[in-house]
Amino acid sequence: MNIFQYWPELAQGIRYTVQVTVLAFLIAAALAVPVTGLRVSRLGLLSFVGTCYVELLRGVPPLAWLFIVYFGLPAVGWFIEPLTAGTVVLGVVYSSYLVEVYRAGLRAIPDGQREAAQSLGLGRVVTYTRVIGPQALRTVLPPAVAYLIALLKDSALVSTIGVLDVTAQALSLGRSSSNGLAVFVSAAALYLAFSVPIGAFARQLDVRLRHGQKAMA
Amino acid sequence: MDLDFESWPEWAHELLPGLKVSVQLLAGVVLLGTLLAFVLARARASRHRLIRATSIVVMEIGRGFPALVGLYLVYYGLPSAGLTLGSFTAATIALSINFGGYTSDVLRAGFEAVPDGQVEAAQALGLPRRTEFFRIVLPQATHVFLPPMLSWVVIYFQATSLAYAISVPELMSGAYQIASNQYRYLDLFLLTGLLYAVICIPTSRLVHYLDRRNHGGTAY
Repeated sequence: MNIFQYWPELAQGIRYTVQVTVLAFLIAAALAVPVTGLRVSRLGLLSFVGTCYVELLRGVPPLAWLFIVYFGLPAVGWFIEPLTAGTVVLGVVYSSYLVEVYRAGLRAIPDGQREAAQSLGLGRVVTYTRVIGPQALRTVLPPAVAYLIALLKDSALVSTIGVLDVTAQALSLGRSSSNGLAVFVSAAALYLAFSVPIGAFARQLDVRLRHGQKAMA
Repeated sequence: MDLDFESWPEWAHELLPGLKVSVQLLAGVVLLGTLLAFVLARARASRHRLIRATSIVVMEIGRGFPALVGLYLVYYGLPSAGLTLGSFTAATIALSINFGGYTSDVLRAGFEAVPDGQVEAAQALGLPRRTEFFRIVLPQATHVFLPPMLSWVVIYFQATSLAYAISVPELMSGAYQIASNQYRYLDLFLLTGLLYAVICIPTSRLVHYLDRRNHGGTAY
């Protein structure tokens, strides 16, 4: 079984897999900022809205969200291209995970930092972008990278609505080939070739950042 | 919006057989996957380097590729190697491999949380190894691994929806079928999403609550 034999065909899908993963992650990372704001708000109504957002997005399988948007929304006149639908749905779903990551990041910052910034007369925006944000990044980065890997794997979902990513290529190749096993093993190996190194990097990062934290304390 | 809410109860009723298959699939995956996770976790604590290394490699592979690819691999791939499985069996095996990969780390952390002194004390008392494991180590480890393990069960209840791709007649397939017959995609997928939500949200809230209570009350 030569698993490299099918790589050229499968590689045609890499473009879409990477594109969906990266764009969805950017959407998630950006969208999670205002939602985290809602979630940590002291106003009951706002924090309730934030909680509902997170719980609803997580309580429904990503595949169901994808089908609601791609197959469902045309009923109300919204026709969305598969690539856009897949990217946006995954981005929105993953924003709910990143909200919790950001929240943990904020919680890890001692109140003294915020108080110090206030007593220095720094504005709210500057306090977050220059004082809290950079410190929170230390806590946020390792789990965020872990979610990037999870997103890479979930990007395979877009194959169900017709995006020709690695999984879709493998499916069309594997079902017609006499050696389907080799095709799917190759596809799995292709994902592993991305996920394992990024995972190793995340662990390394975690160790380094933790080390830094100790040195700071 | 032209949602046909009047038909929702009827459709919900038609979706129940699919939901039952989803739950059966979940039961199979949790059972087989936990078994795999347990073997991997114990192998990880082995004295032999080769066994430890094998465990890590299997775990990394198990959770390194999309569940969808795993489903296709077992269902469409294995027949070319002479092993043809039914869609339900194929889905159980494929999802168990992912589930086992993810949860072996959870079990390992649970076992590592049991202080060495507990095992040493059991040995000093001359307890047989089986008693030592089942009465001393396992109960304390369970205390630690149960909440995160249950979170994974909730996540995998959702993941069973992927089995629709190899035409297991579970909830998602059922929804798709009714939706295309009636041409009511928005209704059916919203309803299905709602069904998943009413099961998953309260369950994960409960798990979260258990976990928090646990952290407050750990004895060691």
